[in-house]
Amino acid sequence: MDLMTFLQLGDSTFRLSTPLLLACLAGLFSERAGIFDIGLEGKMLAAAFFSGAIAFVSGSVWLGLLAGIGASLALSLVHGLASITFRGNQLISGVAINFLAAGLTVVVAQDWFGQGGRTPQLAGAARFQNITLPFTEQIGHVPFLGPVYVELISGHTFIVYLAALCVPAAWWLLFRTRFGLRLRAVGENPAAVDTAGISVVRLRFVAVGICGVLCGIAGAYLATALQAGFIKDMTAGRGFIALAALIFAKWRPWYALYACLLFGLLQAVALRFQNINLGGFVLPVQFMDALPYILTVVILAGFVGKAIPPRAGGEPYVKER
Amino acid sequence: MSTPAIELKGISKAFGPVQANKDISIRVMPGTIHGIIGENGAGKSTLMSILYGFYKADAGEIWINGKKTEIPDSQHAIRAGIGMVFQHFKLVENFTVLENVVLGAEDGALLRPTLARARAQLKKLAEEYELNVDPDALIEDIGVGMQQRVEILKSLYRQADILILDEPTGVLTPAEADHLFRILESLKREGKTIILITHKLREIMEITDTVSVMRRGEMTATVRTADTSPPELAELMVGRKVLLRVEKAPARPGDKVLEVRNLSVTDDKGVKRIKDISFEVRAGEILGIAGVAGNGQSELLEALGGYQSATGTILVNGQPIDLTGSKSDGRTRRDRGIAHVPEDRQREGLIMDFQAWENVAFGYHHRPEYQKNRFLMDHAAMKADCERKMERFDVRPPNPMLLAKSFSGGNQQKLVVAREIERNPDLLLVGQPTRGVDIGAIEFIHQQLVALRDQGKAILLVSVELDEILSLSDRIAVMFDGQIMGERMPAETTAKELGLLMAGIRGEAA
Repeated sequence: MDLMTFLQLGDSTFRLSTPLLLACLAGLFSERAGIFDIGLEGKMLAAAFFSGAIAFVSGSVWLGLLAGIGASLALSLVHGLASITFRGNQLISGVAINFLAAGLTVVVAQDWFGQGGRTPQLAGAARFQNITLPFTEQIGHVPFLGPVYVELISGHTFIVYLAALCVPAAWWLLFRTRFGLRLRAVGENPAAVDTAGISVVRLRFVAVGICGVLCGIAGAYLATALQAGFIKDMTAGRGFIALAALIFAKWRPWYALYACLLFGLLQAVALRFQNINLGGFVLPVQFMDALPYILTVVILAGFVGKAIPPRAGGEPYVKER
Repeated sequence: MSTPAIELKGISKAFGPVQANKDISIRVMPGTIHGIIGENGAGKSTLMSILYGFYKADAGEIWINGKKTEIPDSQHAIRAGIGMVFQHFKLVENFTVLENVVLGAEDGALLRPTLARARAQLKKLAEEYELNVDPDALIEDIGVGMQQRVEILKSLYRQADILILDEPTGVLTPAEADHLFRILESLKREGKTIILITHKLREIMEITDTVSVMRRGEMTATVRTADTSPPELAELMVGRKVLLRVEKAPARPGDKVLEVRNLSVTDDKGVKRIKDISFEVRAGEILGIAGVAGNGQSELLEALGGYQSATGTILVNGQPIDLTGSKSDGRTRRDRGIAHVPEDRQREGLIMDFQAWENVAFGYHHRPEYQKNRFLMDHAAMKADCERKMERFDVRPPNPMLLAKSFSGGNQQKLVVAREIERNPDLLLVGQPTRGVDIGAIEFIHQQLVALRDQGKAILLVSVELDEILSLSDRIAVMFDGQIMGERMPAETTAKELGLLMAGIRGEAA
């Protein structure tokens, strides 16, 4: 494999890891606060559709992004109401959100655009454009470092860089601020937070809100940056892979980055090497497409070790008598 | 006379149809230790939770230092200078001591400067009140005694002047309890006001200045501790005269009923919970197993009861019982004459959502008297049987159709004890027979155990209540870290000596 192939693979890994990473961090905030969220997939899907639709109608990708975040936040609010305010089952609420998003996006897309449940192709200012970082001209000629900088680091969309910045930001917020201490505490023992005089409900809603914003960005990225428009079920299980990455990462931001890069790499490999010839036996393309999902199962089953989820996760908080 | 630190006027609180607090008024002077004593369910904890803003009272007023104060939530209570140490600690297990102390009382948005300031503050408090705790230790790595100190530090860090402790000694060794009382004394000297909620008369007499007695949601009396006595307090709590000591004739031990040789238990994490212990229990005697919770007593009962795998030898009436295979289960053991009153009646003793008659048949439901024919059970016979047992054991209300969870703790325990004792077993295993049981029912259950002993049955009693062990047992074995530290006769030992053994100290000094 020459350097160029290698760099292209890395480049594509970054692109494919970005939505996973954003969704994974979204789940991290929610689950660290004790709210399990299997509705990441649905929120991303809704955000993908609305960002694509609004970007097409308005011609502005930024309005599209806002619409995506708004759609995802609205679903987060539903999840929050169901699981925090009404103390419902968090898994059921999440499943409901996934079904709702899967059905609604297609129906509304068909009604609005009449193109079989997709949005029209986005172009120009309705899509996120690749950003060329400064000094590519100058550094480009330097051997090795030049191509790495130009091909790998430079030339991604705004959201890829944003996602990368989210990792240290999430770490800092969780482990270096008062808010982070309280958020982690409410996922471990909400009674401790309650008796310390802090509102468990408010804290959990904030966490679920952060989750909604990040999922919204992830969804908008799919429709307006990774691809040019929304298509049916375009999240393709990324929400669930993000959850798998979250467990693999043991609910830690930096580990989440590594886990998502790994899953992104698997997807990039599957895209790049479609038919692999293993000495006369050709691995079918379907196998390569399925590989990331198969490895998700294998990794989770065998390599995670002991992952301890936040102790109060999944349980609604009720003051004991 | 100075103004009271706390004054409650006419506090009432109902949970649905249950009136937990009825028109309660109380005055606590600053710089004193005030005890609140009462049976389980008397409303002590509810009252204090109202004072701490955890519940909202239906009626009544709270006055703090002569000022009428509204306490709608814990934040307001903290601001009014009230700190509370709950019975079940409210700590984040995988946080450090320091993080737990600052949680909710951070003095800035950034953590590091906050923690640095708190560390200095903690050091000062530790020196002032003998409250030494490693600030960087994780809560899950330190013992309950330490955890309790963290709870106290949390309150002091929030500058509490009034400290409420709910059943603080329940989880402590006698030595730890003594240390706690020393801390409370030094807090009192600094002018702090302390409210101590407990159901242990000894603690009230030992440390409080004044004491209030609660019964069924009402305040029945408030007296100066120096002017009262344990029997008087017990009578105020229960509403009738109570025998505090168990009256029993000397034991007449007969043949060995239970013989345990080299028993070991390893839990599913691979930790050895019981290390090669041997003992015996004879007919007509009660062997009491003392120890701080978590030193292998639970595993011992489970292994004997047939739901914890173990290695070694167990003989009942001289015959070995299977420790592995299909004949090692609880049912086989019951058929061999081993009855078991488990430690946790709500998890192991009863099915809370089943009715009383079903619960009273469990474990013996396969016996012929409950069968109508080969396929059907005789529900009428089971209900009638339950009714008889309820009457014999004075279970209230005596209605076999009620769900187990709708009985009070004491009556639930009577159901379990009735089920097991009425089978006339050769050996009775009893764990924490009176945990969460009111004084009246304690007296009754103790009498039943002694009566069974006098019929020539063998009883193995596990309890963390040293008083219970001392008053019931004919012989006492102390467990520490999965081993038996020693055996003593009740007449020849003291609570102090047993306390040292419970802490793992065996020496000439004891």
